Amino acid sequence: MNQGLFNQDWPRILDLLAQHVQLSFAALGLGLLVALPLAILSARNRTVAGVTLGFAGLIQTIPALALLALFFPLLLALSAVFGDAISPLGFLPSLLALALYALLPILRNAITGLRSVEPAMVEAADGVGMTSLQKLWLVEAPLASPTIMAGVRTAAVWTIGAATLSTTVGQPSLGDLIFAGLQTQNWSLVLAGCIAAALLAISVDLLLGVIESGIRWRKHLRIWLAGVALAAGLALALWPAPSPDRPVVTIGAKRFSEQYVLARLIGRRLEAAGYEVRYREGLGSAVVFRALATDEVQVLVDYAGTIWTNEMQRQDPEPRADMLAEITRWTNAQHGVRVVGPLGFENTYAFAVRPDDAKRLGLRTLDDVVRVAPQFVFGTDVEFLERPEWQMVQAAYPLRFKGRRSFEPTFMYRALSLGEADIISAFSSDGRIAANRFVVLDDPRGAIPPYDAILMVSRSAARDARLVEALEPLVGAIAVEKMREANYRVDRDDNKQSPADSAAWLDRMLRTPSQGKTP
Amino acid sequence: MAPTAPFPSTLCAHGPAVAFEGVSKHYGSVVAIDAVSATILPGTFVAIVGSSGSGKSTLVKAVNRLVEPDAGSVRIDGQDVLEREQHELRRSIGYVFQNIGLFPHMNVAQNIGIGSRIASRKPLPDDQVAALLDLVDLPRDFATRLPEQLSGGQQQRVGVARALAGEPGLMLMDEPFGALDPVTREALGEQYRALHERLGLTTIMVTHDMAEALLFADRIWVMASGRIVADASPAEMIAGQCGPEAEALVAVPRLQADRITAMRNMQPQP
Repeated sequence: MNQGLFNQDWPRILDLLAQHVQLSFAALGLGLLVALPLAILSARNRTVAGVTLGFAGLIQTIPALALLALFFPLLLALSAVFGDAISPLGFLPSLLALALYALLPILRNAITGLRSVEPAMVEAADGVGMTSLQKLWLVEAPLASPTIMAGVRTAAVWTIGAATLSTTVGQPSLGDLIFAGLQTQNWSLVLAGCIAAALLAISVDLLLGVIESGIRWRKHLRIWLAGVALAAGLALALWPAPSPDRPVVTIGAKRFSEQYVLARLIGRRLEAAGYEVRYREGLGSAVVFRALATDEVQVLVDYAGTIWTNEMQRQDPEPRADMLAEITRWTNAQHGVRVVGPLGFENTYAFAVRPDDAKRLGLRTLDDVVRVAPQFVFGTDVEFLERPEWQMVQAAYPLRFKGRRSFEPTFMYRALSLGEADIISAFSSDGRIAANRFVVLDDPRGAIPPYDAILMVSRSAARDARLVEALEPLVGAIAVEKMREANYRVDRDDNKQSPADSAAWLDRMLRTPSQGKTP
Repeated sequence: MAPTAPFPSTLCAHGPAVAFEGVSKHYGSVVAIDAVSATILPGTFVAIVGSSGSGKSTLVKAVNRLVEPDAGSVRIDGQDVLEREQHELRRSIGYVFQNIGLFPHMNVAQNIGIGSRIASRKPLPDDQVAALLDLVDLPRDFATRLPEQLSGGQQQRVGVARALAGEPGLMLMDEPFGALDPVTREALGEQYRALHERLGLTTIMVTHDMAEALLFADRIWVMASGRIVADASPAEMIAGQCGPEAEALVAVPRLQADRITAMRNMQPQP
């Protein structure tokens, strides 16, 4: 399969670029709207300056990813009060977080600029009889504007860069390419995302730089030309895409290969059924179900144990069938979400060790690990240690590891084979377990709940009989071997496939179940 | 030369009287001006001299309320300056100061017209700008130049034109020519004195140069430690009955003049 840098899905990249531009311009605009009045107050009052700069500086110390994530619970609480007008996902949290991020450079430069206006200018402005507003508008602001513009440029570059992270809270951006590429080790996709974001940042910075020099040297033509160019870029980004005459369905996906593949498989089926399909990929585990519940995505594959523990807050193990029935009832009652059905395979947490360790130390179950844990480094994905499943495992097995390390899932398997970790919380449907001959340990105490992949649709999609009908053939159709193979096609190092290609292969396999599983 | 609107629109003496009544100003424990009472007759050119820190700048700024006194009042034609809005008051008074303060992002015409712009949102008509440039002896095509393209002396001429643009009766000048070279300074001083006469202005000029005060002013106030210690005409100053502070200040240019005369006398005659 060709995954070259220049052989990308250009319409998608352009669409993401447009969304990226909308988001970062809006955030920059909001940042300016808040920062400039604060800067004017701060330039006149040292106490106010201390507070505003302190606050903006504090914001800057919060990693952008965390800042984005922090808005989720905040907006969730607000949406409980104000209803659906406030969405805890997507544009709003991204806008707020990025605008906060833009505050510091704008504030700092604007305060410096306003304070460095010469006393003679202020005396002259007072002397000719300007009111304080006239003084600000006619003298202080124009004289400070080159410095202010320098701050705006810094803020613009930061905002455009940080906007790639908004993917994680469900706002489409160029980060979609980066996160998807990172997960599937499709480096040309990562590069495409990075280069597009960098080009955008550089162009905006250049244009703002032209405006800055125009202000500094009083070349009004320059200011106008660059301003028009920026406005034209924004107008292009806002230009509504031709609305499809077919109904639109948005499919959500979390941040690992299986999710990307399944999203594309579902997408193929829905396209065949006459739907226009959009993808909202790279969502964090915490936000993905929320996106379905709020109807921002209409179709999603999630895992029984995840819904059970994270959404329903249950820790009591139940038999598989009862659990599915309970989940079906609960999601429908609570969020109007309809469970179409299980896909037929499970992707549970599978504790895996290297084969030589398993043989040498006689490791077959998690009970055996308790013995060797003090010599073992535990490698996990970034969220496992915070998940209830880990508490449930710890309650059943007294595991005291020598150390813990978190990895993106892709790197977790590498870490185990390279000896950076000695045991990992792998995913049972991941093709790399078998490919590396890792040994999966049994869970004799049944600490980990079942993780059947279940296909769910949102409230609005549940009412669409044709859509549900198009998805129903997938229920119970995907054996774990096929899913592993499909995942491995994306994850393997040689002859990698894109999730879309792997999904096409899987689709063919599902339609001709009698054929062998490897071409 | 293109015809210009007459400037000012009325060519009669319209400079107001100014009166200080017990005006005091403290900065912390430092007394800047100490219960100053004095009056200025309409159309008078008053020079205030004194050493640094004697309070002369503070006294002048109390007139257009760049400084708000702690006590006492300043009256212009009998009206307390506190009765008027700060910015309204300032628009009716010409103000020229040592640092000139031309706005660097505005050209000469915009600088001269700033009073009109802030008072009525209208730029000053071109012919009035031209008339003001004529008045301060600058070429009319300077109107479109930026301040940075002018010499210091030219800049201060624009500063004077800007102060005169609102047709004030009262001009406050805080060491207006202090930063200029002596030749430019002499020329500007001379020309300003002529303008003062022609426009019938009342002028209060702060200077640290007694020679300038003696040559251009009608009356000279000598300040020391926040008080006016002498109030006399230039002739009385030179006659030397105005107290030790005034005498010390007058002595400087007199001594310089004497020495220069002596040097000239020592030149070998051809």
